Amino acid sequence: MRDLWPLALVLLAALALPFVVAGMDLAYVVGIATRIMIYALAGISLNLILGYGGMVSFGHAAFFGTGAYVVGILSTHATYGEPLTTWPFEVGGTEQALIAWPLAMLAAGLLALVIGALSLRTAGLYFIMITLAFAQMIFFFFVSLQAYGGEDGLSLFARSQAGPLDLGDDRQFYYLVLALLALVLFLKSRLIEARFGRVLQGIRDNERRMRALGYPTYRYKLVAFVISGALAGLAGALIANQTEFVSPAFLDWPRSGDFIVIVVLGGMGRLYGPLAGAALFLLLEEVLAAWTEHWMIILGPILVLLVLYARGGVWDLIAGRLSRRKAGADG
Amino acid sequence: MLLLIEQVLNGLQLGVTLFLLAAGLTLVLGIMNLVNLAHGSLYMVGAFICASVAGATGSFLLGLVVALPATALVGMAVELVVLRRLYARDHLDQVLATFGLILFFNELVRILWGPRALFLDGPSWLSGTVEILPGIPYPAFRLAIIVLGLAVALFLAWLTTRTRLGMLIRAGASNREMVSALGVDVRWLYTLVFGIGAMLAALAGVMAGPIYAVEVGMGESILILTFVVIVIGGIGSIRGAFVGSLLVGVVDTLGRAFLPGLLKLFLMPATADGVGASLASMAIYILMAAVLIWRPRGLFPAHA
Repeated sequence: MRDLWPLALVLLAALALPFVVAGMDLAYVVGIATRIMIYALAGISLNLILGYGGMVSFGHAAFFGTGAYVVGILSTHATYGEPLTTWPFEVGGTEQALIAWPLAMLAAGLLALVIGALSLRTAGLYFIMITLAFAQMIFFFFVSLQAYGGEDGLSLFARSQAGPLDLGDDRQFYYLVLALLALVLFLKSRLIEARFGRVLQGIRDNERRMRALGYPTYRYKLVAFVISGALAGLAGALIANQTEFVSPAFLDWPRSGDFIVIVVLGGMGRLYGPLAGAALFLLLEEVLAAWTEHWMIILGPILVLLVLYARGGVWDLIAGRLSRRKAGADG
Repeated sequence: MLLLIEQVLNGLQLGVTLFLLAAGLTLVLGIMNLVNLAHGSLYMVGAFICASVAGATGSFLLGLVVALPATALVGMAVELVVLRRLYARDHLDQVLATFGLILFFNELVRILWGPRALFLDGPSWLSGTVEILPGIPYPAFRLAIIVLGLAVALFLAWLTTRTRLGMLIRAGASNREMVSALGVDVRWLYTLVFGIGAMLAALAGVMAGPIYAVEVGMGESILILTFVVIVIGGIGSIRGAFVGSLLVGVVDTLGRAFLPGLLKLFLMPATADGVGASLASMAIYILMAAVLIWRPRGLFPAHA
C-alpha cells in the first residue's frame, strides 16, 4: 500500500493540472503534458517487450507511425468524402475515434505480427538490426505514398470525434489521454502479474530453461510483440490527433531511439518507469531546446553518461542504489 | 541492354561503398560483440573532413589523405573514451550509448560546418567517362570506386587470413581470454581494429561524397543499409559482408531503375509508378526477409 501513495499523488496532480495552470499559457502546458502521456504510452508498450521480454526492438516507431497514419488517412478520406476503396465494396473514411483508433491498433498489431514473426526467428544483435531495418522499410513505404503527402506528410482537418466529448478542446483531449493511460497501466499491471507476464519474464531471464519446461517461447514472445505493437499504434493514433498532422518523421529511426531512451531512463521492467522516463526526456528536451538550438550536443553525452554510470534509470539514481540493481533489469 | 549494364555498374558502385562500411562494422560486431550505431557518424566525419580540405586546397586527393587518418583518430578516440567501457555491457546499453554518440556527432558537425550540404568534386582526372565496352561510356570516378572497393576487399581478405595481425584479430574473436593470456594486449588490438574500421568508413564517405550530398544525417541512412547487408551476410564475416553488399547494391539500384517500368506491363502507368517506387524502396528489405526465412543467421555465418 505504501507504494500507492506516490502514484495517487501523481494522479491527483495530473487531474488538477488543467485547472492549476489556468493562469499560465494553458494550451502550452496542457499540450506538453498530453505529449508526455502519449510518449509514456508508447514507452509502456515498448517496455512490455524490452523490459519484461528482453527483446531490444529498435523499430518501435514503425507501429507508432502506422497508428498515426491510419487515423490520418481515414480522416482525410472522411474530410474529402472520397471512398478508401471501391472494391469489393465501398469503404469510406471516418473521423469517429471509436472506429479509427481501434483500426489503428489493429493495423499496427498486424504489422507487428508480420515483423515479429520474421524478426523473432533471431535474437540479440540480429534482432536489433532487423527491427531497425524493417522499421526503415515502413518509413520508406510512407515516404513513397504520394497520395498521402509523401515526405511532407498529411494535415488533419480536425481531431477525431468521440461521442459527447469535444476532442478539439485541449482540456477534454488531455483527460481522455489520461484516462486511456490509466486504463492501459491497469491492464498492464494485470498482464505482467498474470501467467502470461510471468512466462514472459521467465523467457527474458532464461529462454532455454523456459523452453525446456515446455513453454512455446517463440509464440509467447510473438504475442507480446503484437500487443506491444498495437499499443504503440494507439499512442500513434493519439499523437496524430494531438498534432493534427502526420508525417514520415513519426516513424523515422531516431523516434525508435527516443522510445528506448524513455524506457531505459525510467527504469526497464518497471510498470511506471516509462511515465517518469517520458516526463524526464520531453522536459529535458524542452529545457535544452529553450537554452540552445544545438541541444542535441548536450543530450547525446547525457545519454552516454547515463548508460555508463546510471544503468537502472532515474528511480535508482534517486534512490542511490546504482550498483545493486544493475543486474536486475538486464535482459 | 546499355541501360542494364550501366545500372548494374551503378549497383556495384553502391555495393562496394556499402562493403567498406559493412567490413568495418561486421568486424566490430563479430569480434567485440558491439553494436556501434555511430559507425555511420564516422562515414559522415570522413566525408566532411575531405570536403573541407578539398574545398580549401582544391585537391581531392589531399582531402582523402587527410580524412582517412583523421577519421581513424576520431574513431580510436571514441573507442578509448566510450566504447571500450561497453564491450562487457549488454546490447541495449550499446544501442543507447551509441545513439547518444550519433546525436552528438550530428550536432557537432552541424555546429562546425553549418546546416547546409557541402559539395565535394571528385579529382579532375577522373571527371571524364571511360568506354567500358564499345559504345558504352561510364563515369571514370564511379569506375574508380568499384576498382578501389574490390582492391580493399582483396586487401582485407589478405589481412585477416595471411598476416599476424589478422591472426590475432581472429583469435581475439574466438577467445579473448586465451589471447590475452598469451601476452597480447587485447585492448590495444581492439582499438586498432576500431581504427581500421573507422578508416574504411571514412574512405566510403569520401568516395560517396562526390556522388551523394555531404550533409548531416548522411551516415544514418547508409548505416541502416549496412545493417541489412550484415544481416544478409552474417555477423562477423567479411566474405558475407562482401556478398551481401553487392547483392544489396545491385538489387536496390536495379529495383529503382526498372521496377516501375516492369510494372507498367501489368498496371496503369500512374499506379505502376506509385507501386513501383514503393516496391523499389522496399526491395532490399524484402530480400532481407527472404534471407532471414531461409537462413536466420545470414548467408555466411562466421561462428557456425
